[in-house]
Amino acid sequence: MAVIDNTDRSTAPEKASPGWFESVPTAAWALAAIMLIMPLLANDFILFQVFGWTFILGMIALSLMFLAGYGGMVSLIQMSVAALGGYMVAIFGTSGMTDISIGLPWWVFIPIAIVVATIFGTIVGALAVRTEGIYTIMITLAIASAFFYFTRQNYAIFNGYSGFNLIVPPQLFGVDWRSPMPFYYLTLVCAVLSYLLVVYVSRSPFGLALQGIRDNPRRMAALGYNVTAHRIAAYAFASAIASVGGILLVWQNAQISPGTAGIPAVIDILVIAVIGGIGRPIGPFIGALIYVLLRTFSPDVLTTFGMSGERFKLLIGLGFLALVFWSPDGVLGMWDRWKARRARRADPLTGETET
Amino acid sequence: MPVFFEKHPIWSLLIAIVVAVVLWLIFAPWPPGLVEVLGRKRVFLNATFGGITLGALYFLVASGFTLIFGLMRNVNLAHGSLYLLGGYIGFEVSEATGSWLIAFPVVFVIVAVLGMLLQHQVFRRMEGEELRQTMVTIGLSVVLADLMLWWWGGQSYTIYSPDWLSGPVTLPIVSTVRESGDIIYLRYPAVRIAILVAAIALGVGMWLLLNRTRLGMLIRAGVDDREMLAASGVRIQYVFLAVFAFGAGLAGIAGIVGGTFQSLSPGEDTRFLLASLVVVIVGGMGSIPGAAIGALVIGLSEQLGLVYAPTYSVVFTFLIMAGVLAFRPQGLLGRTR
Repeated sequence: MAVIDNTDRSTAPEKASPGWFESVPTAAWALAAIMLIMPLLANDFILFQVFGWTFILGMIALSLMFLAGYGGMVSLIQMSVAALGGYMVAIFGTSGMTDISIGLPWWVFIPIAIVVATIFGTIVGALAVRTEGIYTIMITLAIASAFFYFTRQNYAIFNGYSGFNLIVPPQLFGVDWRSPMPFYYLTLVCAVLSYLLVVYVSRSPFGLALQGIRDNPRRMAALGYNVTAHRIAAYAFASAIASVGGILLVWQNAQISPGTAGIPAVIDILVIAVIGGIGRPIGPFIGALIYVLLRTFSPDVLTTFGMSGERFKLLIGLGFLALVFWSPDGVLGMWDRWKARRARRADPLTGETET
Repeated sequence: MPVFFEKHPIWSLLIAIVVAVVLWLIFAPWPPGLVEVLGRKRVFLNATFGGITLGALYFLVASGFTLIFGLMRNVNLAHGSLYLLGGYIGFEVSEATGSWLIAFPVVFVIVAVLGMLLQHQVFRRMEGEELRQTMVTIGLSVVLADLMLWWWGGQSYTIYSPDWLSGPVTLPIVSTVRESGDIIYLRYPAVRIAILVAAIALGVGMWLLLNRTRLGMLIRAGVDDREMLAASGVRIQYVFLAVFAFGAGLAGIAGIVGGTFQSLSPGEDTRFLLASLVVVIVGGMGSIPGAAIGALVIGLSEQLGLVYAPTYSVVFTFLIMAGVLAFRPQGLLGRTR
């Protein structure tokens, strides 16, 4: 797995630096400013369909990135965890299916959704950590498809094939959270918080131990770390992030059905994480942006080239294949190599870069 | 076998009891009390035979998967796509030539060549990088699925079996005994019996090939220790090619079989990929007898589950898998490495 590279971000903000904000690179400030004023620049469609989806899929892929990048466990269960969170919102909150939905207030069903989805993800994790490497992929994929078929067959709880519709976010503080601008900020805040949380956890003792386990489980076990417990805890943490993503997803869609967590959707999350790069937490969001842009605009592009607009999956698949072939660490890896190649061109005597 | 009895007397006894009960359920006429609990015997028999036939189909798909994995440590997640592709090509061939049988060799060769191409052009370039290979197969399955959707569209196809296999045959198994004392025997589609017989023959053939021939010896040696086999002068890449071609061709043939007694449509590829995943997880990676047992267990649990607990049939499959993982992570017949 790719090496974690945090050097371009802040270095030890606790001491030696007068203010933590000075250690944040300028590019990050610029990005934050652009993100904040985005509603002035972009129209509602871009805000809701492009950025809303980017942040939501990015969060779910971020949970996969945390497991794969820091824990060395490629888990395909994250989309199912997210979908379960969404289902819980539909079941305990309000939806068009009044027979099943209980209609609790939002401050009850949101914690329930997160807790239930996290417990589910943790149980799956406890099963999956009994195996390693490619076995983990196979087992999580098998469980994810079992989840899909179960939700499709179960009508008592999950309402089977049709699922739930008319699920809207609660009207809080008199704001309609599903209108484009509030929803943009809602997803932005959730995405940024989960990003910062992942960055923070990756540098905490737990995160460092997890990365140690990824690199050499036997040595960590010999040092007295409980390898299995750390891995399961990583699943629990990742599942919590994925479940928040799932809740936002169900509000974005206003409906949820088994197809939300079908095999193609499960694979898409992996594709997003790999396209972006599973070395760093920003990767999944880059991957999600590329994926969403392709999904939104490729039908138009394909039709201009005289092909059917439905071939978007082919485009994504070929892009993914090419990336795995030539740059397994994603777009971020390509960027890093490009920077390294420029740095190598520096003059060996003066150390200055030729321009 | 005798060693197994000596080492695990309790397990042997339990297995023997289960086998005896199942045989009794299948062959004896049911007493009325049992009919009240489980329903009519015909339903049970149909579900059982459906499960065994489905298990045979799963075995065809999963044995190639497990063989490729056992030898090359390569999780070919595009295996389901090879299955579906084989089915579609088989449909085209049998439509064009009007012969069901001729589709089998044609599909086997085409899909096997595709498999060889995959092994030679894709997997050999990234040998030892298991995760990357798996990702590549995921990408391939996405691309193949979309290409097939493009070419064959979203509707479902059924391959028609030839005349001499259509219609039911009567099996020497008692279905019901009428009030008048007439004995009614079970009638079952001939084509499914043919599939079952073919799968058993294939399984025995593979076992013989693996255990009685020189190629089989090479494959078994490769499963145990690849580097050592290569070091002793065997051109292991040829063995890889042969096994990959065989496994892929088998998946293609399974596509024809699946298209004959079920149907072919987009989405079937992931269904059979999942089935072979579960089968090899339950049976043990890289083990052909394990694949057979796993396929039988999963096929039976799916069909019996569909009859007796329609909502939860998937859960049975999942519970079996979780149970095996919890108590025997390497699978029923797998070996720890």
